[in-house]
Amino acid sequence: MGEQGVAHVWRKLRAIYNIEGNHCKTCDSYFFPPRLVCPNCRRKGQLEEHHFKGLGKVHTFAIVRQAPEGFKRQVPYIVAQVELDEGVRLTAQIVNCDPEDVEIGMRVRACFRKITEYGERGIIVYGYKFEPVLKVTGHPYP
Amino acid sequence: MVGIVGYGVYIPRYRIKTEEIARVWGDDGKRLAKGLGVFEKSVPGPDEEVATISVEAARNAVKYAGIDPKDIGAIYVGSESHPYAVKPTGTIVAEALSCTTDLTCADYEFACKAGTAAIQTTMGLVQSNMIKIGLAIGADTAQGRPGDALEYSAAAGGVAILVGMDNVVATIEATSSFTTDTPDFWRREGEDFPSHGARFTGEPAYFRHVGEGARLLMRKTGTTIDDFDYFVFHMPNGKFPLAMGRQLGVPKEKLEDSLVVRQIVNTYSGSAMMGLARVLDIAKPGDKIFMVSYGSGAGSDAFIIRVEKEILNHRGKVPTVDDFIARKTYIDYSEYAKYRRKIKALA
Repeated sequence: MGEQGVAHVWRKLRAIYNIEGNHCKTCDSYFFPPRLVCPNCRRKGQLEEHHFKGLGKVHTFAIVRQAPEGFKRQVPYIVAQVELDEGVRLTAQIVNCDPEDVEIGMRVRACFRKITEYGERGIIVYGYKFEPVLKVTGHPYP
Repeated sequence: MVGIVGYGVYIPRYRIKTEEIARVWGDDGKRLAKGLGVFEKSVPGPDEEVATISVEAARNAVKYAGIDPKDIGAIYVGSESHPYAVKPTGTIVAEALSCTTDLTCADYEFACKAGTAAIQTTMGLVQSNMIKIGLAIGADTAQGRPGDALEYSAAAGGVAILVGMDNVVATIEATSSFTTDTPDFWRREGEDFPSHGARFTGEPAYFRHVGEGARLLMRKTGTTIDDFDYFVFHMPNGKFPLAMGRQLGVPKEKLEDSLVVRQIVNTYSGSAMMGLARVLDIAKPGDKIFMVSYGSGAGSDAFIIRVEKEILNHRGKVPTVDDFIARKTYIDYSEYAKYRRKIKALA
C-alpha cells in the first residue's frame, strides 16, 4: 500500500503547489485545473500556461464538523469556494481563520499546506489552501 | 561581496502559554516562565510542518528580494523535523517556488544550527561562481516529550535566506565555526522525541560553543564587542542568550532586539536566524550584526553581517517577524495535543 497515490499525485504536483492552470488567448478565459482544450473555442483555442496570483475572495463556504478519515484532527474546519481575481473558482480549505470569522466576500490569499497523507508509510500530499490576507507593516525606516 | 539578497520568515499562528503547559504537569507556571524567560511558544497547525513552513518562508524571501526563482542554483533546508526520513524537503520547496531543474539540493541536520550551516554552504557556492543565488532555510516543528522540560521550549517557525552577490541587502563579511563532539542533546533513529543531558546542556555545550565561536571570529577578524551594533545568539530559552551576553560583555541593549524567544520560544534550526531576521527588519544601513548560532552535538557558526543601503528598497513587501508574532491565537493543552499528534488514536 506504500506506493498508493504516487503517480496520481505526481502528475498534479505543479498545478496544486502553485495553482498553475491555463489561459485561452482566443477567448481570454482562465482555467483551473488546467484544460487540454478550451471548452469555448475548441480547435480555435490557444491555451498558454498561467500561474495564478493566488489572491481572491470567498464565494461561499461550509463548516465541516463530521470529517472523513485523515481530517478528523482539523475539525471544525472551513471548506470554501474561492473566486480568484482572474475569475476562476476553486474549492479549498480556509485556514488561519476560526469558523465564526469566515464570511462571504472575505479577501484571501493562497498558502502552502499539507492536504493529506497516504497513511503513516505513504506519501504526503501538499498543495494550496487559503488564509485571510496578512497585514504587512514592513517597519518603514524612520 | 557575498551577502543576503533577501530573507523571509514564517511563524505559525497558534500559541500555547508556559503556564498552560505547567498546569497540566502540576508545575509552577509563573516561576517556570520567569526562570526560563519563556512565556508562550508557537505551535504548528495540524496541516503545518517543515515543508510547508519552508515554502512559506522561501516565497516571502523571493518576493522580498524581487529575484526570479529560476536564478536559484542551490537549496539547502536545515531542520531536525523533516517530514520524511528519506526524501528531501528541498525538492518540495524547489517545485513550490517554480525553480528550474538545473539546481542542486539537499537536506541538512545539525540540531539547531542546520540553517546557518546551509548559509555557509551557499556562500561557498556563490563565491566560487558555481551558482548565482543559493537558498538556505532553517525551519523546525520541534518535538518535546510530554512532561519534559523541552515541552516548554520546542516551538515552530522558519527562516529562508537568499545568498548572492548582486544587490545585497546585507553583506556577510566573515564567518567561522567551532565544532566538537559533545553529546548534550540527541534523538536516536526511529524515536519520536529527543533526549538531553539536562544541566549538561549549559556550560560544556551552549556556553562553551557559542562563547568560543564568538571569540574565535573576533580574533580572526581583529574586532571587538564595540565594533557591533547588534548581537544575535541562539535562543534555546530566554535565559541562555542573556547569560552569554553577560559572559562576553555585550551591552544588554545590543542584544535586546533579537530576543524573539520571549514571544515564540525556540524555533530550533530557525532560532538564531529568526533573531537575525528581526534585527534586519529594523537595522539601519551601516549597522553591523554579530550572530552566533548553536547546534547540539555540538557546534556554533558565527557571522559578521553589515547592513547595506539596498535594504531600504525592499522593506514593506512581505510581513516582518513582528507581523507574524502579532498574528496569534491561543490554544489550550488539549488542542495542542490534538494538533501535535500526541493523541495517538486519532488518524
